[in-house]
Amino acid sequence: MEVKILSARFHLKNSNTLKVAKKHGAYKTLDKLFATAPEDVIDEVKRSGLRGRGGAGFPAGVKWGFLPKNTGKPVYLAVNSDESEPATFKDRYILVKDPHLLIEGIIICAYAIGCHDTYIYIRGEYTTQVKVLQAAIDEAYAAGYLGEKVAGQDYRLDVTVHRGAGAYVCGEETALLESIEGKKGQPRSKPPFPAVAGLYGCPTIINNVQTIASLPFILDKGADAYKAYGTEKSPGTHLFGISGHVEKPGMYELPLGLPLLEVINTVAGGVWKGRKLKGIIPGGSSTPVLLPEEAADATLDYESMAAHKTMFGSGGIVVLDETVDIVQLVKNLIDFYHHESCGQCTPCREGLGWMLKIIKKILRREGTMDDVLLLRELCDNIEMKTVCVLSAACTMPVRSYLDKFRHEFEAYVADAATAQACQ
Amino acid sequence: MSDRSHLIATGKPFQFDAERDAMFERLVVRYPTRESMILPSLWLVQEQEGWVSQEAIAYIADRIGTFASKVFEAATFYTMYHLRPMGRYHICICRTLSCWLRGKQEIVDYLRGELGLAPGEISEDGRFSLEEVECLGHCGTAPVVQINGEFYENMDVDKLKSLLATLV
Ligand SMILES: Cc1cc2nc3c(=O)[nH]c(=O)nc-3n(C[C@H](O)[C@H](O)[C@H](O)COP(=O)(O)O)c2cc1C
Ligand code: SF4
Ligand code: FES
Repeated sequence: MEVKILSARFHLKNSNTLKVAKKHGAYKTLDKLFATAPEDVIDEVKRSGLRGRGGAGFPAGVKWGFLPKNTGKPVYLAVNSDESEPATFKDRYILVKDPHLLIEGIIICAYAIGCHDTYIYIRGEYTTQVKVLQAAIDEAYAAGYLGEKVAGQDYRLDVTVHRGAGAYVCGEETALLESIEGKKGQPRSKPPFPAVAGLYGCPTIINNVQTIASLPFILDKGADAYKAYGTEKSPGTHLFGISGHVEKPGMYELPLGLPLLEVINTVAGGVWKGRKLKGIIPGGSSTPVLLPEEAADATLDYESMAAHKTMFGSGGIVVLDETVDIVQLVKNLIDFYHHESCGQCTPCREGLGWMLKIIKKILRREGTMDDVLLLRELCDNIEMKTVCVLSAACTMPVRSYLDKFRHEFEAYVADAATAQACQ
Repeated sequence: MSDRSHLIATGKPFQFDAERDAMFERLVVRYPTRESMILPSLWLVQEQEGWVSQEAIAYIADRIGTFASKVFEAATFYTMYHLRPMGRYHICICRTLSCWLRGKQEIVDYLRGELGLAPGEISEDGRFSLEEVECLGHCGTAPVVQINGEFYENMDVDKLKSLLATLV
């Protein structure tokens, strides 16, 4: 089932070095790039149907098309390498296994949108990864792929790595921009969208690492070759990170559209220890859970996940075996999002804190059915009433657990009632 | 981790060493505003000293030409900046979803029992400090521990025990 487009060079020894990457095709699209008009590059990417791999799945070429023309202001590109959503671990492989693929993608995107200054925002925890990335950038400068004259052309491009320092919210695109500007990572209200007023108030495109790394293939082989993989509305391949209770967790590149259970069973070796499947989180901790019977006819693409009332998300699939205590899991989730709230919206800052208190009360076996209902009500009242969707990233999955595993919450509450009666 | 509400003074002036000074100058030209150097400067300080003191904040503000309060704001918002000295080995254990599913709690319990070290604490001999952190992006090889920036994957109590023995 596996295919190797993004990961084509991952297995090579020293694949992170320019020498090896170049020998195996890195930067070979640049001649073609500079012989093509920027609008035509954008058109090709639009035709490829490439969708943003940061989680929302917005078509990349369409986003670039939102840039206003001739504003007299510089256009910036910010590459999102924050990768902090629990269960997401794919971009890291590009950073350390093939950083030159990312740099080539950056050159393609920058040229297409008319950008001369790109910032790669990398999460602070990626200490060893940032070294590999920076070394590759230094090599690219020395070889003339970056700097005053990219590949000998009259085109300047500077690429600067900007390190985060432990804030999940900075993966949100406008918080990321604030962070590059030296501020605390609090998301901005939209509109204006970054394409119009982004970094330093200038037109800015933000794309995920994997989105950008998909560009060399599209430019080299063409949109049709890219669309040969995946489904009509979800073309191409994706780096899936499979974790949790499977025999062979890991990162696998697959075309979109494969049957979810088949992937779990054949690629990831199935549920570990011969246990039964309890649920699957399809795309990172913020995506609603699927029961085994729901997962049965789900495929790994944006449409199927939407049809199953969940999301494709970041391709971080988590498998839960029969032993998982869902109430504990929900506490773990709420804890994370509450901790990572930037604090500027009351529903998020206070609401998630309130949810945390309630779930802890239920776990202490002091909760009542009213508490379970209140938790559900809070989900509805917090969502979409905040500046960014971090709060929804918590309430959407929590609601799914409350609805699909209600009996487990009720069991805690029943225990509490028994304890009360015995006193 | 640390108390993020106030800064600690060392009583000694701070300045970048020659290497960090050069790094600052190399980077500053990449940004259209000097304030963009706040996060990179805090990193440079932390790499040099291990933590960020009151004097270092004043130095960065001065160097950038901004208010100390802006530097302070960033230093307190971003949890990876240490506002007090940490243990010689700073142990970060991922506490979120995939690591939790694959047994991170056993590791935390072991450290509490064996070293008497709870999350947020520094051991008395100054050798270790412990922090529970959010997803470290290595969920496929959970549970994951990061010590002084190095990742250790597929951890369990036995592996951690032998690893800690090598860290003196
Ligand atoms: C709370 C939050 C965290 C996010 N974290 C990330 C992240 O770590 N990496 C990422 O690429 N996108 C993340 N996103 C999505 C970005 O806001 C943005 O949509 C994305 O980087 C756009 O790139 P794409 O169009 O290539 O997907 C996050 C969004 C939210 C609301
Ligand atoms: S929803 Fe939460 S994280 Fe997002 S802006 Fe509001 S307070 Fe900050
Ligand atoms: S959940 Fe622990 S590394 Fe991702």
